[in-house]
Order: sequence, then structure tokens, then C-alpha cells
Amino acid sequence: MAITSVKNLKEFSTANDRFEGAHTLCPGCAHSMIVRELMNCTDDNLVIGTNTGCLEVSTAVYPFTSWDTSWIHIGFENAASAIGGAEAMHKARKRKGTLSDNDAPVKFVAFGGDGATFDIGFQWMSGAFERGHDFTYICLDNENYANTGGQRSSATPIGATTSTAQAGKHSYGKKEKKKDIVSIMAAHGAPYVAQLAPNKWKSMAKGFQKALETEGPCFINTVSPCCTEWKFEPKDTISITDLATDSLMFPIYEIIDGHELNILYRPKNVLKVEDYLAAQGRYKHLFKPEYRHVIDEIQKGVDDYWEMLQRREEARV
Amino acid sequence: MQDIKLKATEKRGLHELEAGKDLLGWDEVTQGSILPSFEGDASNIAHLKQEERDYSHYNSYTATVASWRVVKPVFNMDVCIDCQNCWVWCPDTSIISRDKQMLGIDYDHCKGCEVCVEVCPTNPKSLLMFNEHEDIENALSQWPEKKKKEKK
Ligand SMILES: Cc1ncc(C[n+]2csc(CCOP(=O)(O)OP(=O)(O)O)c2C)c(N)n1
Ligand code: SF4
Ligand code: SF4
Ligand code: SF4
Ligand SMILES: [Mg+2]
Repeated sequence: MAITSVKNLKEFSTANDRFEGAHTLCPGCAHSMIVRELMNCTDDNLVIGTNTGCLEVSTAVYPFTSWDTSWIHIGFENAASAIGGAEAMHKARKRKGTLSDNDAPVKFVAFGGDGATFDIGFQWMSGAFERGHDFTYICLDNENYANTGGQRSSATPIGATTSTAQAGKHSYGKKEKKKDIVSIMAAHGAPYVAQLAPNKWKSMAKGFQKALETEGPCFINTVSPCCTEWKFEPKDTISITDLATDSLMFPIYEIIDGHELNILYRPKNVLKVEDYLAAQGRYKHLFKPEYRHVIDEIQKGVDDYWEMLQRREEARV
Repeated sequence: MQDIKLKATEKRGLHELEAGKDLLGWDEVTQGSILPSFEGDASNIAHLKQEERDYSHYNSYTATVASWRVVKPVFNMDVCIDCQNCWVWCPDTSIISRDKQMLGIDYDHCKGCEVCVEVCPTNPKSLLMFNEHEDIENALSQWPEKKKKEKK
């Protein structure tokens, strides 16, 4: 695979962007930061499919496309099936020698929002992993159905207010915990799964490269702060991501072959989740005395998960 | 250097981002369509810089979202250390970086989000926000001095 050097940012910046401007994602949206990184970390041809969500509708405003590679506009739930099918066709045609350039390196990638990945496209993604297609699935996890007005998904953390789990006099917002999608995908026996974040550009680029290089289905969950639904200023997307990784709300780690867990980022000063929550409007209500207990619950969940990750890293199981 | 003239600016930002009048109506469109991003062969795109590519008019590169902006980032080359933070985090592919050097801002595609200003590490910053109508020379003449570190 033709890899772009990610030794340092200067070298990485010599990559020629293949994701173009004048898409209609909100100013400051992290989705496009993540997509640009994926497309810049390799020179290979890319075949990409995108589940419906902010990324898809904003990069294919008919009659425009923002994609400089083969890109398939597909339904909400089935980017993984579409890319799985394209990958299988490519394999067959390569075997028969009917491609225009039989040796051209091609990588297959599916993008999905958390709604598409954790909920509505889960069955399709799970099937593609079970069939073992050689592709990389990247979830852009903004913890809500942003494209349709911020409904709760099974990726929405406990305590966040959303348009369908609203905080108010009688409720602190979503009552259920976030689904652990990374463990679920590792349990599929995928050769590479990871959770990555755009503020840590180097570990993200390296993780993307590993996933593209690895044969078989790979899964990456990326935290994608959404200024519109998380309620923060567009300019703060990267500083919010810093709070997310440094409070361990979004730990950065990979799991190889379902058991070899490596923590990829250990914050020097671990922040309290309170600092992360306080920076976003969607958690504002938790700072009222009657809902403070939810903050403690979130902190406990984060501490327990971090403890579990460290133990698994040591035990290699 | 504020006025970066790329060869491809002939094609960049030609259209407002809205559907043309000659398009088919919702009840006339066919079930699928293919939009070629480039004229002719596109197999080598990863090895071509934007100004070397032959974009088709379907490519959003040829469109503009400049009208979204109410404030704009202005780039001061004299302070810049070419760290490329702004390049890696710009969500709108609007930092023009070539051969490891930051050259300027693509005002056809920049939405004025201010992320680049936030992540710029120099003192004073090499990127600052100004009103959209502010003259670039005028903005540069108002650049702040280096800030002393506040003692805690
Ligand atoms: C089967 C189906 N159900 C519902 C929709 C409507 N819909 C389009 S995008 C979207 C939300 C997408 O949320 P997510 O996957 O999290 O992506 P985001 O927009 O947050 O990036 C919904 C509900 C649809 N297009 N198809
Ligand atoms: S709503 Fe959120 S995810 Fe969607 S484009 Fe805006 S910032 Fe991005
Ligand atoms: S203001 Fe936003 S869109 Fe414009 S150049 Fe800076 S980071 Fe890019
Ligand atoms: S972030 Fe600032 S110093 Fe770094 S390349 Fe951009 S303008 Fe220059
Ligand atoms: Mg979402």
C-alpha cells in the first residue's frame, strides 16, 4: 500500500487532498476533519460508501460531489453491504483479469454515523464482518442523529439531552448508557478495531493506515464532536476533543485479533469528566443540584471502563 | 502572498451552491446517476495537486460557500512557522499548503469557523479573524504584538 508519511505534520501535509470544499457540513464539523485524514493517509485508489447522515447529504448536494474518489451514495443502513459487494466484485474481476488496471491498489471504506452504525445499520455491518470482506468501517460518532435534528441513539451517553430524550423538570435526559460498540466489533473476531480521535491526528492516521493495510474487516470508532447538537462554538471542536480524550470519556485504544489490546494515549493529567461536560450545552442541566448524581455516575462509568482497559491490556485476553 | 493565484482558480468557486434551473424535477429523475468528479482519466488523482487536476463542473471544488461567512481568517505569513496545524484540522480543505509551506486561505471554500485560529500555536497568532469586509492589507497592519506570558 502506498502510505503517506505521518512521521510529522509537515510531511503529512504534502498529501494531496481528495475531499473537496463547498460541502455543506456545518462550520467546524469534525466529520470532515476525520474524512480528510483518512483520505490523506494513503495514495491508493479508494472506493467509499457512506450511510445516510450529515456526511452523506452534505457531500452530495446534487449536482455536486465533494469526493475525488469512487464514492457510492447509498441508504441509511447499508454502506457496509454496498462496499462489501464492491469489494467482492473487485476480487472476482481481479481473478478473471477483467479490470482496466489489474495491479492498481484499491482500498474499500464505509463511513457511517453512530445512528447508522450502533442502531439502524448494525445488522448490515455485522453481516459484512461475518462474511469477512476486506474493508474498513469508520463510524463518525457524534452520539446522536444529527442530520435529522439530534435524536438520541444508542451511542448517546447517559445524561445528555437530545430532541427525543429531553432534560427538564422530570428528566435528566437520556437514561440509558452508551453501547460499547468497540467491544462488540472486536467480538466479531475482526483483525483490527480501534477508537480514535481527530485531536490526536498521528495516532488516528496510524490507526487508519493499519486498518487499510490489514486484510479483512476492520472497525474504527472515531469521536466526532458536533457543535450544533453538543452545543459549543464551532471554533472549539478540537479543544472539546481534547477534553474528551483527556477526561477518558473517549479513551484511545486498539484491539488486534480480538484480544491484543493496546492503549494508544495516556493523558498526563487526567481531567475530571465534569470539565468535559461543562464545556457543552447538552449537559448543562446536570449541574443543577438535583441532577449532580448523574455526573458522579458518569465519572464512575469512565473510571471503571479505564480500569477494565488497563487490565485487558495487561492480560492480553 | 495573500493573493495566491492557483492555476485551478479558473475553475474554483464558479457557482453558488444551488441547483441549476436546467435540472430535472423530482418526478423526472432516473433511478440512479453518476457524477464524474473529473474530466477524463482520474486514476492518478492522489498524485496531482489541486491546481494540476482537471475538475468537472460536478465537483464541489468548482462551487463556493464564501457567502456563508460573516468573519474571515486572515493569514500573516511573517509569524507563521509552517507547523501545519491549520492544514490538518481545517474542516473545509481551505488551507492552501504546498511543499510543507502554508501559503494562504482558499476563500471560496472557507466558512469562517475559526478552528485554524484556535489551533495556531504562534505568538502572536499567524491567523486571526476579521470582519468579512475588512481589507487584507488593513488587517495585516493591525496585527497585535507578541503577548507576554501571564504569570500565574
Ligand atoms: C431507513 C432510514 N431511516 C431514517 C432515515 C432518516 N435519516 C437520515 S439521516 C438520519 C440521522 C443520521 O444519524 P447518524 O447516523 O448518527 O449520522 P449523523 O447525521 O449524526 O452524522 C436519519 C434518521 C433514513 N434516511 N433512512
Ligand atoms: S449537525 Fe453536527 S455532525 Fe451534522 S454537519 Fe453540523 S456539526 Fe457536523
Ligand atoms: S476559518 Fe475554518 S474553514 Fe476557514 S480556513 Fe480556518 S479552519 Fe478552514
Ligand atoms: S497553524 Fe499557524 S503557524 Fe501553523 S502553519 Fe498554520 S498559520 Fe502557520
Ligand atoms: Mg450521529
